[in-house]
Amino acid sequence: MNTESKEVLSERAKELLVMYLEKAPTLKPKERAQIPAMEMPVQEPEERIHNLDEVALGYTMEEARVEALRCLQCVKRQCVDHCPIKIDIPRFIGQIASGEFQIAADIIKESSLLPAVCGRVCPQEVQCQSECTVGKAIKNMDKAVAIGRLERFVADWERMQGHVSIPEVKPETGKKVAVVGSGPAGLVVAADCRREGHHVTIFEALHKPGGVLRYGIPEFRLPNDIIDREVEVLAKMGVEFRMNYVVGRTRKLTDLIEKDGYDAVFVGTGAGLPLFMGIEGENLVGVFSANEYLTRANLMHAYEREKADTPIYPSKKVAVLGGGNVAMDSSRMAKRLGAEKVYVVYRRTETEMPARKEEVAHAKEEGIEFHFLQNAKRILGDENGKVKAIECLRYELGEPDSSGRRRPVEIPNSEFIMEVDTVIVAIGNGSNPLISQTTPDMKVTKRGNIVVDETQQTSMKRIFAGGDIVLGAATVILAMGEGRRAAAAINKMLAEESVKEM
Amino acid sequence: MNKILFKQQLSKDVFLMRIEAPLIAEERQAGQFIILQTDDDYGERIPLTIADASTEEGSITIIFQVVGKTTLALSLMKEGDELPALVGPLGKPTHIAQYGTVVCVGGGIGVAPLHPIAQALKKAGNKMIIIVGARNKELIILENKMKALADEFILCTDDGTAGRKALVTEPLKEICQREEKPGMVIAIGPPVMMKFCSLTTKPFNIPTQVSLNTIMVDGTGMCGGCRVNVGHEVKFVCVDGPEFDGHQVDFDNMMARLNSYKEIERKSHECFLNKIADAKMKEVVS
Ligand SMILES: Cc1cc2nc3c(=O)[nH]c(=O)nc-3n(C[C@H](O)[C@H](O)[C@H](O)COP(=O)(O)OP(=O)(O)OC[C@H]3O[C@@H](n4cnc5c(N)ncnc54)[C@H](O)[C@@H]3O)c2cc1C
Ligand code: SF4
Ligand code: FES
Repeated sequence: MNTESKEVLSERAKELLVMYLEKAPTLKPKERAQIPAMEMPVQEPEERIHNLDEVALGYTMEEARVEALRCLQCVKRQCVDHCPIKIDIPRFIGQIASGEFQIAADIIKESSLLPAVCGRVCPQEVQCQSECTVGKAIKNMDKAVAIGRLERFVADWERMQGHVSIPEVKPETGKKVAVVGSGPAGLVVAADCRREGHHVTIFEALHKPGGVLRYGIPEFRLPNDIIDREVEVLAKMGVEFRMNYVVGRTRKLTDLIEKDGYDAVFVGTGAGLPLFMGIEGENLVGVFSANEYLTRANLMHAYEREKADTPIYPSKKVAVLGGGNVAMDSSRMAKRLGAEKVYVVYRRTETEMPARKEEVAHAKEEGIEFHFLQNAKRILGDENGKVKAIECLRYELGEPDSSGRRRPVEIPNSEFIMEVDTVIVAIGNGSNPLISQTTPDMKVTKRGNIVVDETQQTSMKRIFAGGDIVLGAATVILAMGEGRRAAAAINKMLAEESVKEM
Repeated sequence: MNKILFKQQLSKDVFLMRIEAPLIAEERQAGQFIILQTDDDYGERIPLTIADASTEEGSITIIFQVVGKTTLALSLMKEGDELPALVGPLGKPTHIAQYGTVVCVGGGIGVAPLHPIAQALKKAGNKMIIIVGARNKELIILENKMKALADEFILCTDDGTAGRKALVTEPLKEICQREEKPGMVIAIGPPVMMKFCSLTTKPFNIPTQVSLNTIMVDGTGMCGGCRVNVGHEVKFVCVDGPEFDGHQVDFDNMMARLNSYKEIERKSHECFLNKIADAKMKEVVS
């Protein structure tokens, strides 16, 4: 995707900024839309496949300001309409253009708790950037205003200043809120409820907080440092963290209310149940769920072979089954772990791939080979029960299905063999059944997702839920949105009770 | 943080520890396990069965054999030290019922997880036949505790240094052939032992439960690393188990999967041993 080094990009942006700042006030929308889109500087592919450092390096100040100058400050704000949490996009971009980065940061924080995360992982091309007027004007949606990159720039800039502000916490109310799960949904609920002065405890099953942000999304896309900082802010606000605590096992969900005196509980346990294909050979040695592969590499640090005790499978040829972000992360991680060949095998075509466009582009640059319109039929093992190949089938696209995507139809007798020693299954996640199994009164759907009303309340009193456990495997921003709504309902409930108690 | 309250060496490589964990002590039931780490940044998460618990002391007991780097590191920890991460109780508890006569077969370190189950089955009013097996005399653990629970107690060693010189499947087969058939067999030990116990009871149609100790990462059903074939289904040991119908488990696949990282782990273990040796040498020299 990129042809130029970060130095060249940065120099050019400096010149452009001087030029356009002067002209800016008089630019007509048409002319403004002609300001060149700023490329994201990245680590060179040959270099980055040998490390875990972030791929996208982030805009410089000048790059950010030039990019911000491209925004037309539309009256009909398509970007805001398509943002799941309605960030005031033109207003924060306007402040970046003027160099008022702190003000821009504050504007984003009115609506979003984790801008450094969302700026990096949101699927902007199907959200805020999907209908951007600039993209439409120049008939190239890839060159819509880079809202995500600007959001990331502002969040990173603020962090670099070293004075990340700790949100104000109202006087203690004496009420207690339990948050189950420390993914994005849980973190948002913790922040919002703590701000109102309630005591908040986050219960997390794993030994580190962050949910998928920690164990799933790799360092090269979302550095752990960013999660650590967000967690630190919550801790400074007085949120209590209890790691290694599996609600449903260490304590029943209802016991949190009945025995431990919590006034409200939020369940944000995510979609942590890896789905498999149900094909022959899936339990052979060398077949992993993406969750397992990524958890070993990320949470357990298996990438750092010298230091980590948790081993990772030594792979030379890897097939990754799936076409989403999870598949991109797994394939790129396998490459970084030393695999010589990595194939992504996907049933449909590139257009239907649910992964973020940028990740697909980055994966290609890194030498990941894409096999579209193919799918694994069975996995073949050697005499020791280890993977030696997969048998694939070819597909063609048929009629659109319920999701509107054209349905892949298999081509009879199109079987062929692909030699691999490792298979990573990245076809999605179902909902984690632990809470529903141990909380029989909780209403769940057939697929195990918790049923909630419009305020995120579950079928049980005082218990709310949100994020992937409600939506099925979704996105960070939707999980945060649900968390925000749940927190509002919890805060309202607790405020009303306080009034009654007076 | 969970403090080590008590540590005892049971045999050459086997240790017992009581660890502070009041909530787990309160909730745990027979058959459940914990996952712990000796270092919560770079350490591995390893599953260990809860061998016993005390709600008064707020502690759980674990018994482990030194087999790899983490168990070695754990064995080097002292009373008063704190474990940075310990989570549980995980897995489904054993289904305890009145089966009439129950045969409990424990092999090697497998006697540790078997003990609380035998205790609960005894309490439920079952007649208890207990078979304890080990490679040799040195490797027998909890002999007296198991004996105390047994209506009939059989000890075997592979080399005959204690009890009968036999594999546990021999007495097991004899019991199956008796007039009064047992209502349930519970076998816990090395995978091969559980495999052959299951094969032994199968022709007699005696329900046989085994407790699987697969590779695990999270222990909450999130990774699928612990999966096994049970009948025609794929099960996750950490949430659907650890106990399964031994007649349905695909032991060969399970054993192959257990060996996935053998080569890497052997190296890491050796490397750690060298480091310890190195540190000891330095102490001696200085
Ligand atoms: C590899 C990967 C890449 C992804 N990439 C993107 C991306 O680029 N963009 C995007 O928007 N989305 C992406 N997603 C999806 C996104 O990460 C999720 O939608 C989001 O994290 C859901 O947030 P959550 O808070 O609902 O749950 P999670 O992030 O899943 O967190 C749930 C937490 O709850 C804990 N927990 C579970 N059960 C219990 C229990 N019983 N007791 C205590 N704790 C418990 C879990 O350990 C976990 O920490 C990706 C997902 C994966 C797996
Ligand atoms: S749609 Fe695009 S140009 Fe219009 S305000 Fe939003 S970001 Fe700016
Ligand atoms: S250990 Fe990860 S699912 Fe069982």
